[in-house]
Amino acid sequence: MAQKNDIAIAEQTDKVNNNEVVIHIKGLKKSFGDKEVLRDINLDLKRGENVVVLGRSGQGKSVTIQCIAGLLTPDDGELDVFGEAVTEMNEDELKQLRIRLGFLFQSGALYDSMTVRENLEFPLTRVLKLKDQQEIDQRIEEVLEGVGLADAADKMPSDLSGGMRKRIGLARTLIVKPEIMLYDEPTTGLDPITSREISELILNMQRKYKTSSIIITHDLECAKITADRVVVMNDGEYIAEGSYEELQASDNEFVRSFFNEQK
Amino acid sequence: MAEQAIPAWKKWLEGIGEQGVFFTRFVRNIFAGGFEWSEFMRQCYEIGYKSLTLVGITSFIMGLVLILQLRPTMVDFGAESMLPRTLSIALIREIGPVITAIICAGKIASSIGAELGSMKVTEQIDAMEVSGANPVQYLVVTRIIATAFMVPLLTLIGDVIGLFGGYIAINLTDDTSFYLYFHKCIASIEFIDFIPAFIKTIFFGFAIGFVGCYKGYNSNKGTESVGIAANSAVVTASLWIFVIDAIAVQITNLLYY
Repeated sequence: MAQKNDIAIAEQTDKVNNNEVVIHIKGLKKSFGDKEVLRDINLDLKRGENVVVLGRSGQGKSVTIQCIAGLLTPDDGELDVFGEAVTEMNEDELKQLRIRLGFLFQSGALYDSMTVRENLEFPLTRVLKLKDQQEIDQRIEEVLEGVGLADAADKMPSDLSGGMRKRIGLARTLIVKPEIMLYDEPTTGLDPITSREISELILNMQRKYKTSSIIITHDLECAKITADRVVVMNDGEYIAEGSYEELQASDNEFVRSFFNEQK
Repeated sequence: MAEQAIPAWKKWLEGIGEQGVFFTRFVRNIFAGGFEWSEFMRQCYEIGYKSLTLVGITSFIMGLVLILQLRPTMVDFGAESMLPRTLSIALIREIGPVITAIICAGKIASSIGAELGSMKVTEQIDAMEVSGANPVQYLVVTRIIATAFMVPLLTLIGDVIGLFGGYIAINLTDDTSFYLYFHKCIASIEFIDFIPAFIKTIFFGFAIGFVGCYKGYNSNKGTESVGIAANSAVVTASLWIFVIDAIAVQITNLLYY
């Protein structure tokens, strides 16, 4: 227990001492046709920090992280990852950036024609170009143990439950040891117990792999467990920012109603 | 504000442009290195071996039916002995390649369109892309090359099975030896019958793979889109087969006659 506390204190000290901004977003805008989804998004993510973006469904929370990963191109604004503008990157530069980014999709997005082992091997052999089978097996074993599914290696994704798929999706993302993790609704569609387990797993994995994370969710429990800082989004803008406890006591009507509605 | 409708011709031109960009990505990724051999072999098995029964049955029936339909007319003209020659030329030049390609368009283009469409809907393609892997190289290049490789092979096998079907049909009414029948079939085929027909099947295969991949890879996000991608892949690939066939016949005639 004492050792656990020491680790937690050391991590907090690291965070305080390390103010390097790994993601810088300023005035980000994105529209789909006539619908303005992101109006003016401003956010800085520091190294080792977990930022949770809270907001109602369909408000464009996921669009922000899709822009960060280069899956969508913003209409306007600054978007720098590791000090480089994502919008000015060519295909090769984007590929190099993506190796340092991890993205956990809402559904887990497991390759359903492959077994769990093949899913985990895929980024190792295609992205990191690892050839040593012993090293590959060792990494797979380690990451599967990390997510608590050591015996699932030979299962097909269709044989897994929703929670297990999310865990394997997380394992596949973490296996390349990314520096930044982007989570898209990691607990949506799960029962409260599994949601809590996934939230705790996110926190443990963040501590183990020392990643910086943006977590998109509307699950307050997930935000409470994982967040160093919470931003609340409404109508294409971030309207409030602070710790979970600060936002709980916010004067802003939307923030207050958001927190109270989910109690 | 009401959304302005985009004119059909603009949409059509946009579609042509998108296909051009997709084709460029495909070509660039062939030469990008790191060819996915194991996935290519898997696709050859899925596309080739698993279509063999369907192509075989269809070709056999085509050979059988053609002889049964031709025979009365040929008998009237006293040209019954020409049946093997007529069948082999018709089958190898035109009917074999087109029928095989149409069967493959129905089976392969729809299956590729549905598979990639479903991967798009379930964000598997996005997951591949965002991990830094190359989905075009893994999913598109392997499927298009496997189709362009397997459709000609399936056509060759289909042609032989079709000729065998013809042999059975002839023997329903006459007594022709296996050796004599196939000797007549092979003796009547020349270089210009076989090579252009073989080359066009490579283009048929390419069109089937390309259209299937394009429709699936660019499908919208929604379960309905999977069905639309599969359906649209079959229709477009079938249309392309006839267009390519018409062009191939013209080129062959210009070059050899």
